[in-house]
Amino acid sequence: MTETLLETKDLSRYFRLAGPWGRGPLLQAVEGVNIAVMAGETLGLVGESGCGKSTLGRLILALLSPTRGRVRFEGEEVTALPKARLKQLRRQMQIVFQDPYSSLNPRMMVRQILEEPYIIHNLGAKAERRQWVAALLEEVGLGAEHLDRYPHEFSGGQRQRLGVARALALKPKLIVADEPVSALDVSIQAQILNLLADLQKRHGLTYLFISHDLSVISQISDRVAVMYLCRLVELAPRAVFDSARLHPYTEALLAAVPLPDPERPFKPPELKGDPPSPINLPSGCPFHPRCPEAQLPVCRDEIPEYRETAVGHWVACHFR
Amino acid sequence: MTPAAPSPLLQIRDLQVHFDTPAGLLRAVGGVSFDLDAGETLGLVGESGCGKTVTALSILRLLPATHADMTGEIRFAGEDLQTLSEPRLREIRGNRIAMVFQEPMTALNPVFTIGEQVAEALRLHRGLSHQDAWQAAGQALTRVGLPEAQRRLKQYPHELSGGLRQRALIAMALACEPEILIADEPTTALDVTIQAQILALLKNLKEEMGLAVLFITHNLGIVAQTTERVAVMYAGAIMEQAATKELYKNPAHPYTRSLLAAVPRLDFHQPPGEKLAAIRGQVPGLEAPPTGCLFMDRCPEAREQCQEPPPWVEVEPGHQVRCWNYA
Repeated sequence: MTETLLETKDLSRYFRLAGPWGRGPLLQAVEGVNIAVMAGETLGLVGESGCGKSTLGRLILALLSPTRGRVRFEGEEVTALPKARLKQLRRQMQIVFQDPYSSLNPRMMVRQILEEPYIIHNLGAKAERRQWVAALLEEVGLGAEHLDRYPHEFSGGQRQRLGVARALALKPKLIVADEPVSALDVSIQAQILNLLADLQKRHGLTYLFISHDLSVISQISDRVAVMYLCRLVELAPRAVFDSARLHPYTEALLAAVPLPDPERPFKPPELKGDPPSPINLPSGCPFHPRCPEAQLPVCRDEIPEYRETAVGHWVACHFR
Repeated sequence: MTPAAPSPLLQIRDLQVHFDTPAGLLRAVGGVSFDLDAGETLGLVGESGCGKTVTALSILRLLPATHADMTGEIRFAGEDLQTLSEPRLREIRGNRIAMVFQEPMTALNPVFTIGEQVAEALRLHRGLSHQDAWQAAGQALTRVGLPEAQRRLKQYPHELSGGLRQRALIAMALACEPEILIADEPTTALDVTIQAQILALLKNLKEEMGLAVLFITHNLGIVAQTTERVAVMYAGAIMEQAATKELYKNPAHPYTRSLLAAVPRLDFHQPPGEKLAAIRGQVPGLEAPPTGCLFMDRCPEAREQCQEPPPWVEVEPGHQVRCWNYA
């Protein structure tokens, strides 16, 4: 459990937006992220929309190239690999997408969808592949009777099972799950979360689990990373979130969740305003304009260092 | 209002809605009855497709008459909204009963400014002049905590963030000081910190204005924190109704219990990956809903008797459940 599977160093990605007269403003999607994913763990990545968590997931999978910084997978520098080697490496890392409706090709039958990864990577003979596909379906709780159906014939939960099956096809070590249950109803969401936990146990998978939903993150993660405006603001083992003092943003995020218990008082701290735009970042700490504990001038002028305050507990705040 | 209000503000009896679709007749709502008292917040909770939005839309007759067939009774302050003439209904819709929708971008008209849209309601329902309506619109925006209301009046919806748009939509709904606000998933499209702001705002406004709120959501956390009473819907019918505290403490219907058990808890104390109690199978199709209990196929406690429609049983005063377990 203590072996590092994946590591990023100063990982950053900017996007140049199109303006009315050509080059527009620069959008900072991910800035200076240092993160290590341990083999066999589930690392939860939580943050509000637009904070850069999906972009980080894509950078890690080399689906996007970084503006700056590096990604290492099992000690190998992913960012500098020749194409052929990268393709080999892709077998080790797969993704499950949020929307099970748009991430499956509507013109392909389940059989074809699940066989495609093997064809792309030139694995197995036809008969062999058929067996693998049938086994995959069983693995995610579907049956051979589903092989000749099209995605539209399935419910949302079943489609997400297909998405998981496709990600499993090449027996990856790492699966980046990008909001895999956000589009699902609670009763179905529970099925998929259980399935992911089962598969992890059975195959020793490592998950980077991206979600905006703290309850879901707390359900599944061994460690949790919190992102705000393109930066990591906190990372810690799960138990820390129960006890220790946390980054003011994490505290606000936790307090903002309405709990399904009417006896527990709901008194979220008033966070002023909206998250600022990633096009025009605030100076200093990205959270200072909304932070209830911000102190001028330090929070406005200095970017807080992302540092380890206790073993395994990383925070970027001047006052933690 | 008289001291002992004889009847609830809104009374819905045996509401049924069928949709005529190319695939056949769908029963979206199959016999829903509930009351909403003045000043109370009732949560209508259920998973997607359970008929909660259709119920809300039918209250104001917002469903297309050509495709939707509605039966049953919807009484507001003694009048049956089903049989009311369209001009009379228009005096109620948006004026005495207002609605806030889930998606603030599609609910606002992109080609009119916020001010024009808020003022329109005031001109139509209150007969205000352009100038007075504009001024009242500014006040309405201030009341919902929209900063720099005067500037916002002249802005178009796309210039506002999601949270601010939802505030503008609430301002529009409350501008005419309605008696009932129907809020259909008003925070689902928003981030949690913004959601917390909007929930706090709705609570304050409700207390300030003595509003009755019909709060429609799939989020059991929001129901717990914002409502006084809950009705749990499943496959087009209400399965259980109770005071919110009672329902969370003593959920009676197997569906309610399964649903509560399936919600991941915000709890970093337990080890990760603990099994959630998922509900097996999926919601029955609306083309041919089961004739007996709608939850029968997925219910861990189903038995022979459940083939028959279950009766309403009052397990505690004000706590009703539709299940053979208690008959």
